[in-house]
Amino acid sequence: MSREVARVTPSLPLPADAVVDPRIGSSGRCLLALEDGAVFAGVAFGATRAGGGDLVVNTSQTGYQEVCTDPSYAGQVVVMTFPLIGNHGRFADDDQSERPWLGGLVVGHATAGVLGRARQIVHLLRATGVPAIAGLDTRALARHLRQTGSLRGVITAPGETDARAGVAAARAVPAWEGQDFVSRVSALRPYEVGARGPVVVVVDLGLKTNIVRSLRRRGARVRVLPHTATTEQVLAPDVGGVVISPGPGDPGRLDEQVDLARAVIEDGRPLLGICLGHQIVGRAAGAATTRLRFGHHAANHPVRDEVSGRVTVTAQNHEVQVVGDSLPSGSGFYVSQRNLNDGTVEGLRHHGKPIETVQYHPEGSPGPLDAAEVFDRFLGHVRAHAPTLRP
Amino acid sequence: MSQALRSVLIIGSGPVIIGQAAEFDYAGTQACRALREEGIRTVLLNSNPATIMTDPGVADAIYLEPLTVASVERILDIEQPDGMLPGIGGQTGLNLAMDVARAGVLERTGVRLLGTPIEAIEMAEDRERFRDLLDTIRQPYAPSVIVEGATDAERSAATARAFEAIGVPAIVRPAFTLGGTGGGIVTTREAFEERCRTGMRLSPIGQVMAERYLTGWHEIEYEVMRDAADTCIAVCSMENVDPLGVHTGDSAVVAPVQTLPDAVHQRLRTAALDIIRALGVEGGCNVQFALSPDAAEYAVIEVNPRVSRSSALASKATGYPIARVAAQIAVGRRLEEIPNAITGNTVAAFEPALDYVVVKLPRFPFDKFPRAERELGSQMKATGEVMAIERTFGAALNKALRGLEQAGAGFLAEDAAWSVTLAVLAGWAAGGRRGEHAPIPARTLSHEEAFADVYMNPDGLVAEAGPDTIPASRASLLARFLKPSDSRLWRLLALLRRGVAAAELQRVTGMAPWFLSEMERLAQLERRMHDEGTGLADETLVMAKRACFSDRDIGAISGLDAAAVTARRHALGLRPGYAMVDTCAAEFAAETPYFYATYAATGSEAEAERIERPAALVIGSGPVRIGQGIEFDYCAVQAAATLREDGARAVMINSNPETVSTDFDASSRLYFEPLDEESVMEVIDVETGTGEPRLPALIQFGGQTPLNLVHTLEAGAVPLPGINVEAIERTEERTRFAGMIERLGIPQPEGGIATSLEEARAVAERVGYPVLVRPSFVIGGLAIDFCYGPDDLARQLSAATVVTEERPVRIDAFLEGLEVDVDAVTDGADVLIPGLMEHVERAGVHSGDSVAFFPPQQLSAADQGLIVEAMRRICLEIGVRGLVNAQFIVRADGVYVLEVNPRASRTVPFLSKVTGVPMVALATRVAGGRSLSELGWADGPLPPPPLVAVKSPVFSTAKLRGVDPSLGPGMQSTGEVIGLHRDARVALAKSLLAAALHPPLPGPEGATALISVAPRDEHRLGELGAALAAGGYRFVATPGTAAALRRHGHEVQEVAMAGDTESDLPSILDAIAGGGIDLIINTPMPRAGAVLDAAAVRHAAVAEGILCMTTIDTAIAAAHALEPAAQARIGDVRSLEAWLAHDPPA
Repeated sequence: MSREVARVTPSLPLPADAVVDPRIGSSGRCLLALEDGAVFAGVAFGATRAGGGDLVVNTSQTGYQEVCTDPSYAGQVVVMTFPLIGNHGRFADDDQSERPWLGGLVVGHATAGVLGRARQIVHLLRATGVPAIAGLDTRALARHLRQTGSLRGVITAPGETDARAGVAAARAVPAWEGQDFVSRVSALRPYEVGARGPVVVVVDLGLKTNIVRSLRRRGARVRVLPHTATTEQVLAPDVGGVVISPGPGDPGRLDEQVDLARAVIEDGRPLLGICLGHQIVGRAAGAATTRLRFGHHAANHPVRDEVSGRVTVTAQNHEVQVVGDSLPSGSGFYVSQRNLNDGTVEGLRHHGKPIETVQYHPEGSPGPLDAAEVFDRFLGHVRAHAPTLRP
Repeated sequence: MSQALRSVLIIGSGPVIIGQAAEFDYAGTQACRALREEGIRTVLLNSNPATIMTDPGVADAIYLEPLTVASVERILDIEQPDGMLPGIGGQTGLNLAMDVARAGVLERTGVRLLGTPIEAIEMAEDRERFRDLLDTIRQPYAPSVIVEGATDAERSAATARAFEAIGVPAIVRPAFTLGGTGGGIVTTREAFEERCRTGMRLSPIGQVMAERYLTGWHEIEYEVMRDAADTCIAVCSMENVDPLGVHTGDSAVVAPVQTLPDAVHQRLRTAALDIIRALGVEGGCNVQFALSPDAAEYAVIEVNPRVSRSSALASKATGYPIARVAAQIAVGRRLEEIPNAITGNTVAAFEPALDYVVVKLPRFPFDKFPRAERELGSQMKATGEVMAIERTFGAALNKALRGLEQAGAGFLAEDAAWSVTLAVLAGWAAGGRRGEHAPIPARTLSHEEAFADVYMNPDGLVAEAGPDTIPASRASLLARFLKPSDSRLWRLLALLRRGVAAAELQRVTGMAPWFLSEMERLAQLERRMHDEGTGLADETLVMAKRACFSDRDIGAISGLDAAAVTARRHALGLRPGYAMVDTCAAEFAAETPYFYATYAATGSEAEAERIERPAALVIGSGPVRIGQGIEFDYCAVQAAATLREDGARAVMINSNPETVSTDFDASSRLYFEPLDEESVMEVIDVETGTGEPRLPALIQFGGQTPLNLVHTLEAGAVPLPGINVEAIERTEERTRFAGMIERLGIPQPEGGIATSLEEARAVAERVGYPVLVRPSFVIGGLAIDFCYGPDDLARQLSAATVVTEERPVRIDAFLEGLEVDVDAVTDGADVLIPGLMEHVERAGVHSGDSVAFFPPQQLSAADQGLIVEAMRRICLEIGVRGLVNAQFIVRADGVYVLEVNPRASRTVPFLSKVTGVPMVALATRVAGGRSLSELGWADGPLPPPPLVAVKSPVFSTAKLRGVDPSLGPGMQSTGEVIGLHRDARVALAKSLLAAALHPPLPGPEGATALISVAPRDEHRLGELGAALAAGGYRFVATPGTAAALRRHGHEVQEVAMAGDTESDLPSILDAIAGGGIDLIINTPMPRAGAVLDAAAVRHAAVAEGILCMTTIDTAIAAAHALEPAAQARIGDVRSLEAWLAHDPPA
C-alpha cells in the first residue's frame, strides 16, 4: 500500500445541485479516498463528519433503505452502483433494524422522494451520524474495486478535500477482520415477538426485521436472544428450533457462537443458519472460512440446489465463504447449494438432522423472495420435531 | 429433447404495422442465430422482404410467402422440420401457429410446437380462462366481464349485462388483436356499446373484455423468463411514466422501476413469476400490472406469453438477449446452462442489474397524419420508439428527446398554438406567488388578466369567445390541455417551464410525482441557463451536460451560438465518458462492447481501448417512422457485417431499441446514442486517436437520417467513403438538381420555385394543372399534395401560410405515367443495375405506397434501355461510390426522371433478395475503394431471374382514427410484403393476400363491390368491371360511376353520393353500414367538397373493416388477382432459393 496518491477524479467543477437534489441539501465538497491512493471527488450530503471502513459494492437496483438499515453492513462503506438513490424516500416499515450501522454511503446521485407517507432516507443517515457522498461515477469505482479487491476507504468531512490526508486516513482505518461488529449490532436483551405457535429462537448477530417477519408469518413465536446467548437459553425445553442470524464481520472471531452452534447440532433440534449464521454452522461442522476477493452484494445471484437441481435467484450480502473442500467428510454435512456464477458454497445440509444453512438471504429485503421456501422447510422441521409444541 | 431436433420452422411477424414493428425482426434474427449455434437447421417463414431474418446468411431455408395456414402446411411437407417455434413472430406468428394447431396440421405432420405450450398461450389469451387461473393462484385483477355471443341479439344482451356489471369508465379490449386494435377507454354508455360491437367484430374469436378502468393507477411491467426445469428470472422491470390508460407502446417507459420501494417491487416481481409458473411458460413472457397510487394494491392487467416489443426494449435496456435465450429454452436448454453472452462468465439465470436509467419514448406518425385523432388510449398509435441510456431519469429523458429526430420534438419544443393557453394557465398558477419565477419565454398574464373570462375551443385551447367555445375553469382547461396525447410530454414541460408546480400537474395527470419533480428539475436548470444567459457559468454548463442538454439547446436557451458552446465545452475538457452495458453493474468483467455516453463518467478511466483500425462508423436510421423503417436497419446491419467480413471493425451508432443493428453482436462496437450531430461527433472523436485521421463514417445506409448529418461530418473532417456534400446537394437541392438533369439531357417534369402565392400561380399556369406542391417546410400538416386548379392552390398555400422568402414552395407539373423505381450500385466507373421495379399505380402515389412488379411487366425494352442509360449518366455525374436510387416516369413522350437519392433506398432489401445481388455489401466495398469488376460484377443491367416478385404496401390506418386512407404523394404505409411466383398474376395475388389487400373471394352467393370513382378514372371502369365481374362480383355504385359501368354492360344498383341530401336513393354511407358490401373502390375526386365526402366513405370503410381501394390502378390489379387461373396457384409455396433456381419448377 505504498502507492502514491493518484489523481482525483473528476477534475471538473462538480455542481452540488446536479448530484444532490436541492430539496435534500448538501454540505460541501468532500472526497472518497481509498487506501490504494485512488481518490474520488464528490459532494457531502449525509452526516457532516468523516467515516471509513471497507468498501463494498452493492448492485441492487431497489432497496437502498433496506441496505442502509441492514446490520450486516456495520462498519462498511457501501457503494451503490444504481445511480439514483433516494427516489421513493423512506418508509418506516421497511427499515431492517432500528438504525443504520454502515460506515458511509457512496452514491452517484442523491435524489429525493416526493413526500407522501415517506420521509427521506438522508434524514436517517444524518440523524445517526452516517456520512454520505454523491457525485461519483460509482461504476468506475466498482470497476476499480473489481480489479483491486476489497479496499479500505474514507469519506472525508465536508470541506476536507486534501487527497493525501484522505488516503492517509483510509490507510488508518482498522482492518475489517480485526473488529468486533456483532456486539455492537446485537440485541441487548432477549425479547419475544408473537404469543402463539412453536418457539423459534433467533440468535441475533445482526438480525434483519424481515427474518422475524418471515418466521412470524409462518406461525412461529420468535424469541430473539442476544449474541451472548447461552446454550441453556438456546436449547431451553420449549424451543422448537433455532435460527442463527446474519450479521457483520468475520466469522473467524466468533468462537463462542461456533460452540453454541455445535451444541445445537449435537442436540439435533431444527437449525437454520443464514449468512453469518451459515458460516458459523460451517465452522462448527469443521469447515474453514475464507474471505472473498470483493464479496457478493447483490439481489440477482442464481443459486442451484445440488440435490433438487432447482435454481433460485437470491439476495446476497457477504464477504466470507465457507470452503466446500474443507468440510470434513465425517461431519454429517454436505454442500447442498452453490452459486452458479462462481461456484461459491451457498448452503449446507446435514445428512441425518434437520439442519440447513444458506449463505444468501431468503428473507430478501432487499432482493427477491424466491428462496422463501427455506423458511417453509425450517418451520416444517420445527413442527415435525416438536409435535407437543404445536399450537 | 434437443438432440432429436434437427430442423425447426420459425414463423415471422409479417409486415411492419403499428403494434408490430422491427422488434420481431430482431427477435427472429436472434432466434435463427441461436438455433444455428445449436446445430439446428432453421426454416423461416415471413412475408416481409425488408427483414434481416429473411437474409440467406441468417436462416437456412427462407420462405417469403403469405403467412397463412396453407403456407405453413406446405412448408411442413416440403421441409419436414421436427419442430415449429411460434413465439418469436409476435401476435401474428402466435395466431398463425394456433390456427395451424387447430387445423390439425401438427398431428398430421408430427411436428412439435416448441417453447411455451399451446395450452399456456390459450390460457393467457382467453380472458376467462386466464382470470380463472389468476383466481387459483390468488392474483388480483380488475373486475371485468367477457362479452361475446353467437348472434347480434346475444351480443347486444351480453353488452348490456356487461355495462350493468362494469359501468364506466371502462376499458374494452378485443381478444387476440394486435397492439390493442379496436380497444379503448370508454366513459359513456353509448361508447361502451359501440366499442363492444366493433371489438367483437375485430376479434378473431369474436370476444371482448370490458374491464373497469383503474383511473390514475400506475402501470408496471416485468419481462420474465422460465425454462422447462421451472427456473424463473425477471430480466427487467419497467415503469410507465404515463399512468394506466395509455397503451404501453405509446407511453414513456423507464427501466428499471424508479419509484417503487423494494418491498413493492418484490411483491410484483414474485407475482409475475408465480403467473408464468402457473401458466407453464417456456421462454419469455411479459406481465403487466396496475399499481394503485399508494402502492397498497395491484391488479394483473395482461400477460403476453411470447417475445414482444417490451422484450426487445428490455433486451436492449439490460443487454440480456431475451429472444435468443427464449429460442434456446424452446429447444430444451436450461437457463442455468446457457452462458451469458455479454459477460461470458455468468449464466442466463443471473438476473441483469442495471447501473443506469433507460427511458423509451414513442415515435408517433402524426406528422404524416395531421388530421388523425391524437388522443392516446388503449389502442397503440406509435410506429416506432427511441431509447436512451443515462445515469439519471432527467438526462435519459432529455437524450431520448434528442433521439426522436422529429421536427419540433426536442426538449424546448412548443407548439405556437399553445401560447395563449400556456400564458393563462401560468398566470393562474402564479396567482399568489408571482415574481418567484421569471417565466420564459412567453409572458405570464397578470392576475387580473388571468382571471378574466376565459373561453376554450373544441381543441381545448384558450380562444376568443365564439359559437364553438365554452367558458373554461382552471380545472377544466388544465385537464383538457393535459389529456393523454402525443404532445402531452411537451405540454408538461411547457407548463413546468412557466413555473406551474409539479404537484398541480401531478393531480391532473396522475403521473407518479417523482417523474414530474425530476422534469421540474430540468425546467429549473433551463431557467438557470436562461437567467445566466451568455454569461453561462462553467458549473451551469457542467450541470446542463450532465442533464443531457445538447449544445444546440444550451445555445438556444442561453443565447449563445451552438458552436461556441461546443468550443467552450471542449476547452474545458467537458467531454462525455462512455460506459458499458454489461448486465451486471460491473460486478463481473464483461466482454461485449455495448456503450452509452454519460457526462457522469467524464474523466473516468475509459472502459475500452480505442477501436482498432481499419474501422468505420455505420450510422443507423433511428426510430421506425413512416418512410424510414426496418429496411434501413437491414442496410446498416449488412454494411457492418461486410466491414467485419473484410477484416475491418464496424462501429454502430443508433437509438432504436427494436432493431437488429442495436443487437450487441451486429457490430464490433455499439454506441446506443441519439443520431444528432453532437452525439455522432463525440463518438467519432472518442474513437479517433491524436494525430489519427477521424473515424470514417458510412452514411448511405441509414436512410435520410445520416445524410442530414453530412454538413457537420464534412466540417469535422470525417472521411465519408463514397459520398460527399456536393453529391447530396446536387440531388436534394431542387434547383441544382434540375440544373444537373437538364445538363445531362434527361427529361424532367417542368416546375419551379415560388416564394409567394402569385409566383406559385404563375409557375402552375406555366407548367399546367394538376401540379404537385412541395413545401420546403412542413407545418400544420400541409405535406406534399396535388392541386388541380388555381383555387386549390390558393387554398392549400394559404391554409398553412408557408409561402415566404425563407420558405419557398416547389411546384412541379404532375405527370401521369408508368412509374419506375431503379436501384444501382456504382463505383464511379461502372454502374450495376440489379433491376427495375414497375409501379402498378400510374404516378401520384408515393413509391412507398405503391404495388410494384419486379421485373417490369409493361415497360418496353426500349424504355428500359432509356432508363438504364439515364441512370448510368446520373450515377456517374453525381460522383457517388455506392448506392443510388432514382424514380422515373415513362410516358408516350419520353422517360422523365423525378427524383434521385444518393443512398440506400427502401427497395434495396427487396431487390437484393430477389436478384441475389448483395447490394449493400457491394456498396460498402466500393465505398471503401474497390471496383465492381474487382468484386466480380459487371457494368449494366442484370438479366432478370426466373421469377416475378410483387411488393405490396401494408397500412396501419385502421389503428388511427381520423386518418383518411386514400393514397397520395405523401407516404402512409408502415410496411410491405412480397409475393413470388413465375406467373405475374399469381405473384400479385400472393402479394395482395399477404398485404391484406386481396379482394374477398366471392362465396356461393357471390360478392358485392361498391364503386365510386372520380370522373378522370371513369374511362378505366370497363377493365375494372370486367375483371370484377369475372371474379364473381356484383356492383353498387354512385350515379356517375353507375352510368359508366352500365355503358360497359354491367347491372348496377345505384346509391347516392355521401353529400347528396336531395336524392331519393339510399346513401352510400347507409349502404356501407347496412352490410353486404365486400369491397369498396373509391378514388378521390379533385374537388374540395367531394374530397371530404369521399373521406367519409373511406372512414366508414375502415370502421366496418371493409377493404377499400383508393386508386383505380390498384383496384384493377386486385380485380385481376381474382382470376381463377391466378387463384388456382396462389398456394404455390417455395423457398426463395427454389424460386431463384433456373431449372423449371417441379
